[in-house]
Amino acid sequence: MGAFLVRRLSINVLVFFLITIAVFALVHKTPGDPIAMQIPADQLNSGSADFIAQKRAELGLDRSLVVQYWHWLTNALHGDLGYSLLNGRPVTELLGERIGPTIELMGVGLLISLLIAFPLGILAARRRNSWLDYGATVVSLGSVSIPVFFVALIVIYVFTLKFQWFPSSGISDPTNPGLLDSLHHLVLPALILGFGNSGPFMRYVRSSMITELDADYVRTANAKGASPRRVVLRHAFRNSLIPVLTVIATNLPQLLAGAVVIEQVFAWPGMGQLAVSSVNQHDYSVIVGFALLIAIIVLLSNLLADVLYTVVDPRVRLR
Amino acid sequence: MTTTTLAAAPAGRSPTAAALRRFRKHPAAVVSVLFIALVVLAAIFARPLSGHDPNAIDLLSARTGPSGDHLLGTDSTGRDVLSRLLFAGRISLGVGIASAVIAVVVGTLLGSIAGLLGGWVDGLVMRLADVFMSFPSLVVIVVVAGILGPSVLTMVIAIGLFQWPVCGRIVRGVTLSLREQEFVLASRATGAGPLWLMRKHIIPAALPPVSVVATLAVAQAIALEATLSFLGLGVQPPASSWGNMLTDAQSLTVIRSEPWLWLSPGIAVALTVLAVNFVGDGLRDAVDPRSAS
Repeated sequence: MGAFLVRRLSINVLVFFLITIAVFALVHKTPGDPIAMQIPADQLNSGSADFIAQKRAELGLDRSLVVQYWHWLTNALHGDLGYSLLNGRPVTELLGERIGPTIELMGVGLLISLLIAFPLGILAARRRNSWLDYGATVVSLGSVSIPVFFVALIVIYVFTLKFQWFPSSGISDPTNPGLLDSLHHLVLPALILGFGNSGPFMRYVRSSMITELDADYVRTANAKGASPRRVVLRHAFRNSLIPVLTVIATNLPQLLAGAVVIEQVFAWPGMGQLAVSSVNQHDYSVIVGFALLIAIIVLLSNLLADVLYTVVDPRVRLR
Repeated sequence: MTTTTLAAAPAGRSPTAAALRRFRKHPAAVVSVLFIALVVLAAIFARPLSGHDPNAIDLLSARTGPSGDHLLGTDSTGRDVLSRLLFAGRISLGVGIASAVIAVVVGTLLGSIAGLLGGWVDGLVMRLADVFMSFPSLVVIVVVAGILGPSVLTMVIAIGLFQWPVCGRIVRGVTLSLREQEFVLASRATGAGPLWLMRKHIIPAALPPVSVVATLAVAQAIALEATLSFLGLGVQPPASSWGNMLTDAQSLTVIRSEPWLWLSPGIAVALTVLAVNFVGDGLRDAVDPRSAS
C-alpha cells in the first residue's frame, strides 16, 4: 500500500510540474508586452522604449525563458502569484477569500447529489427493469444532459420570480445577515449543483449495488432469514460503497466545473465567478493563479481517490 | 454517422443486423434518432426555414413576443429568434461532431499504439489518459480561453483533446485482446505492419464500442459548447449559438418578461443533448447485449 501511494504521489507531483510548464508557456504566448500594456496608449512616446527596456531588466523579463520560468515557479510555490492587473491586490489573497464560498457550495451540492443518488440508485438496483428503474435512468440522463445554466434559469423563473421563495443572487443579504439568511441564499444554487451531479453517482450506485446484490453473501444473508431491509442496508449497501467512494473523489473536479457555471448565474462570490470575470477582463495573473489552484485541487482529489481506494478495501491493501 | 452505417447494413443475421434489431427495441433511442434527424435538417435548411436574416437588426421591433412574422419573437436588437436558433444549430452540431471526431482519431491512434507496443509506451499513454480524464474540460477551457482569447477552433480542439481518453482506453483494450489472437499473429507473420493491423483488425473490432463513446462525446461536446458560449468564452456574437443566446437572459427582467428569449434555445440544447445521449444509450445496449439485460 505504501509503495503504491508513493508512486501515485510522485506521478502527481510530476504532472503538476508539467502543468506549470504548460501554463507558463500559454501565458508567454499572450500578445503584447506586459510593461507596455500598463502604459496608457496616449502616453507611449519615443522615450518609452528605454523605460520599457529598463523595467524589463528590473523584472528579469530579458532573461532566458528557463530562468524566468524558474523564478516564477519558486515564487508561486512560496505563495507569491503576483498581483491582479485590475486592482493591484495580491492574487493569493483574492483567491483565498473566494475559496470558502466555493467549498460551501460544493460541499452542500455534493451532499444533495448523494441524497438524490443513493436512494434512487439502490431502489433502481433492487427493482431492475421496473418503471422505477427506467424512471431513475431518465432522471440521471436528464441531469447529465440538461445544461446547468438552463436549469438555473428555469429554477430562478419559478422559485425567485413566480413564488418569490428564494433569492437568486449573492451569498447573503447584508442588511439581514445570519445563518438562516445564508441557508436561504444557498438553497437554489446548491440544489441545482446537486441535481446536475447526481446522474453519474446514481449510475455508479446502481451498478455497484447490482454487483453486490448478486453476490453469494447476500444469498447467505437472505437464507439466514435476515429481513430484506437489513440485507440491503447492512450487507450489500456497505460493500457497494467501496467503488462509489472513489467515484465521488474522482468526480470532485466535475463538481467544481458545475460550481463555476452556477456561481456565474447566481452571482455567488466564489473562485469560479472570479475566474470568469478575470477572463472577461483579461486579468492574466488571476487566471494563472486560478489555473494552478485548480491543478492542485484536481491532483489532490485524485490522490484522495487513491487513498480511499486502499483504505476502504482491505483486498487492495494486501496486494 | 453511426446510424447510417447501421442502416446500410445488409438484412439478415449479421451482427450489424442483430444490433440494429436490438436498437429498435429501445423506444427512446428510436424517437431520439428521428428527433436528431429533424434537428440536422433544420440546421441544414436554416436559411429557407427561417425567412429572416439571423443578424438583421431591427430596433423598431426589438423584444417583441412570438408573432406571425417572428414565430419565436425577437431579441434585444430586434433579430429574429427562430432564425438565430436555426443557425445556432449548425454551430452546435458542428462543434459537437468535430470535437468527437478529434477525440476518436486521437483516442484510436494513442490507444492502438499503447496496445500494440505495450511496455513503457503503454504505461505513459495510460497515465496521460488518467491525467486528461481527471481534469474538468470546462475549467481548462475557461483558463485557455482566458489566456489565448475565445475562439471556436480552440474550443473544438480543447473539447476533443479532453475526450480522447475514453476512446483510447477502449481501443487499447480491444488491441490487447486482439494481439494474442491467432489471425493477428498470422497477419503479423506474413509481414503486416502496425498501420495494416490498425486498418484491417483493430478499427473494425473497436468500431462498435467506439461508436457508443463517440455518440456520448458528441452530446457532451454540444453541452460544453453551450455552457462556454453562455459564459461568453465560446462562440462570439454576432454569430449565434444556443449557449450565447442565453447569455442575455442573465438578468431577472429578461427571465421574467421575455421568456421566449431563453426558453427556446435552452429547450433546443437540452433536447438535443438528451436525444444524443439516448441514442448512445441505445447503441450501448445494441452493440453489447450483455449490458442490456
